[in-house]
Amino acid sequence: MDKATMIAVALAALLAGSYVFSATSIELESADNDVGDVSSLQRGARNFMNYCSGCHSAKYVRFNSMADDLQLSEDQLIENLMFNAERTFETIQANMAADDAARWFGQTPPDMSLIARAKTTDYIYNFLKGFYVDPASPTGVDNRMLAGTSMPHVLWELQGFQTGVFTEDANGASVFGHFETLTSGSMSPEEFDGFVRDTVNFLEYISEPIASTRRAMGVWVLIFLAFFWVIASMLKKQFWKDVT
Amino acid sequence: MARIESEIGVPKGGFMKWIDDRFPLTETMQYHITQYYASKNFNWWYLFGVLAMVVLMIQLFTGIFLTMNYKPSADEAFASVEYIMRDVEWGWLIRYMHSTGASFFFIVVYLHMFRAMLYGSYKKPRELIWIIGMMIFFALFAEAFSGYLLPWGQMSYWGAQVIISLFGAIPAIGETLVEYIRGDYSISDITLNRFFALHVILIPIALIALVFVHIVALHHVGSSNPDGVEIKDHKGPDGIPLDGVAFHPYHTTKDLVGIIVFLMLFSAVVFFAPDLGGYFLEHANFEAANRMVTPEHIAPVWYFTPFYAILRAVPDKLWGAVLMASAVLLPLFLPWLDRSRVRSIRYRGWIYRLALTLFVISFATLGWLGMQPVDSIYVIMSRIFSVVYFGFFLLMPYYTAIDKTKPVPDRVVYHG
Amino acid sequence: MTDDVDQKRRHFLTVATAVTGGVGIAFAMYPFLASLKPSARAQALGAPVEVPVGTLEPGEMIRVMWRGRVVFILRRNEEMLSRLPLSTDLLVDPDSAKEDQQPEFAVNEYRSMKPEFLVVEGTCTHLGCAPIAQIDVGPADDWFGGFFCPCHGSRFDLSGRVYKGVPAPDNLRVPPYRFIREDLIMIGADSGAA
Repeated sequence: MDKATMIAVALAALLAGSYVFSATSIELESADNDVGDVSSLQRGARNFMNYCSGCHSAKYVRFNSMADDLQLSEDQLIENLMFNAERTFETIQANMAADDAARWFGQTPPDMSLIARAKTTDYIYNFLKGFYVDPASPTGVDNRMLAGTSMPHVLWELQGFQTGVFTEDANGASVFGHFETLTSGSMSPEEFDGFVRDTVNFLEYISEPIASTRRAMGVWVLIFLAFFWVIASMLKKQFWKDVT
Repeated sequence: MARIESEIGVPKGGFMKWIDDRFPLTETMQYHITQYYASKNFNWWYLFGVLAMVVLMIQLFTGIFLTMNYKPSADEAFASVEYIMRDVEWGWLIRYMHSTGASFFFIVVYLHMFRAMLYGSYKKPRELIWIIGMMIFFALFAEAFSGYLLPWGQMSYWGAQVIISLFGAIPAIGETLVEYIRGDYSISDITLNRFFALHVILIPIALIALVFVHIVALHHVGSSNPDGVEIKDHKGPDGIPLDGVAFHPYHTTKDLVGIIVFLMLFSAVVFFAPDLGGYFLEHANFEAANRMVTPEHIAPVWYFTPFYAILRAVPDKLWGAVLMASAVLLPLFLPWLDRSRVRSIRYRGWIYRLALTLFVISFATLGWLGMQPVDSIYVIMSRIFSVVYFGFFLLMPYYTAIDKTKPVPDRVVYHG
Repeated sequence: MTDDVDQKRRHFLTVATAVTGGVGIAFAMYPFLASLKPSARAQALGAPVEVPVGTLEPGEMIRVMWRGRVVFILRRNEEMLSRLPLSTDLLVDPDSAKEDQQPEFAVNEYRSMKPEFLVVEGTCTHLGCAPIAQIDVGPADDWFGGFFCPCHGSRFDLSGRVYKGVPAPDNLRVPPYRFIREDLIMIGADSGAA
């Protein structure tokens, strides 16, 4: 058996094994957001500042950097997105004082700057859509993605309320089935999905503002290296003609 | 008439002569580069040594610039990384090059070591090169481990917590040793600061020194080749090995092509997938370290996982640690475990080929297992493949001795 | 294939490779060098500073920090302004001819936008010590009040203009600033319209 075959067999065995033993994960709806869609990001920024920044900071995000990337003028930025900050170079802070929040909710609402990289956009999308009525909870709701969350259903006016239908599995653990609408909100389900999608899109953008730039740059780098590779190969062949 | 050596003569006058009268510059260049003869039949397995040097240089260079902006304190470390990513011009690129470089370092080094296993590069008279190489390997482990604490993310903190407490398993001195390593009663700002010193100063200096010595040892004996034939056994009337070609310009031009291909792969990751699906930059590490909340699933970075799987395969804290350490140390003894009279796999029998295949499968599978959450089926598999891993080394004196080898040619096989 | 052709092609390819490699290295170096520039945070921290001067009495001086440097704001009274022409012959650069020491609007006897307010960096142009304000007239005949640097004895007049015969070569620097309102100065902003 030659070397290449050996390696191929090894890799095939590995791949087969990993497929057989891969852990099952919860079925999540895909957020299906496009970080290149600037108008979606603008709406998401509006959503974030209006609905989230009351409790959640995004302390690594500067207003002026965000305005540049979202193609907003300084006036548009100040008028629509800067509520408590004074200078455009400031970062997005939460309105609620951290220690107050810790007292009222049991913990300080986490910072949102990197949440999309820590938890993935699909998780957050399903989280924001996943609040259901739970009379036993102090906030009156629980969340399908994070049981026992201390976050209230901030978007209830837009989504309305839903109940969660659960079943029990073999071990007696509760398994999520589906949601059932209880009351409707001001938005239709499609509108609300779009609202959450824009918001999650914004969160993905702030988790790595440089993403679109780095991809664009990568193309040029690879083109240059490909060109360099051609020249270097020609040089190598030329010298190795000497070798018999 | 083909020229197989390059033409740097000894300078007779001018600037170079002034230098040469005071420093062995031309002499050194000739000994190590222009008149160092290596076999003409190198294949791509022989590229990984120079690639390791390239990655080392990338890490040192990017590391310097990161250190200009990083703050090694528990309060500021995480934020300083985001500062680099967002506020420092081009900081994001420097950071991604460094994180990608860390993973690529291990890919390259593992493949470099595998080359030695394929072609018996560790066999006499190259045992010392192998030993120094293993020391580089251990230093690399330490460098990666100390570096990983620096971003002070959840995985940084808890991964370090788990691994450092392993040392507590050592009888009698364990707990004291752990306190010495940490500098505190639990992993803290103090630990972070000293790991910073290790990562930025001590281990890089050690690595550079070891790499230097590694190459000196290699050049003293001369490189081996895929046929395991000693090219110095057949020299021409001018004393130059018949199967050798001067390192410069032949291997330099060949290596340059390989380096460029490597840089393309490296750039593809840096610019298009720096997280690499959570393997190069782990999801949990995008949350700042929280000493009160342990992440659901702690796993070391992918390059440590084979050894981590071996650790978890053993139900005893001390013996798990001992076995894991043995697994890392065992390759050191390859020059003496391998009893084959033949160096290269090209001329070995089916037993070694099978053993090496099983070794690769077990190493890769253990790596995958080390990433999985605890589950009884995974523990069983870890035990089976750990046995294979150890069997490869411990049974080697036996199966390499009985393996039927093929006759080794006199001269290297080169197809132009 | 003759040796000659080989050599020419070899030389060409070597040069081509070297040039491509050189270009690549130059491009690769750029980000690292650029990263040395003041970061977005440095620019934020170095942003213009607003200083209210409504409560500053004539003859009073305050110190503020801008970009990590001390800035003196002196509200000169009539008497101080009258002393300014007295020192002209004793100064190195009484007309502020040297361009980089002050913005356009400060090229005058007062070295300021409004005669009353002197806004000047409190850094001696010799080796960087902080001069001491001695704004009341001193005992010497050729001293009409101003700033005295304790490190090596440089002297500046009430407009920060440097005396002859002292180690400091230049007048004290005037930073860019403008009046947002009568009583509010923004240091570090473009002067634009006054």
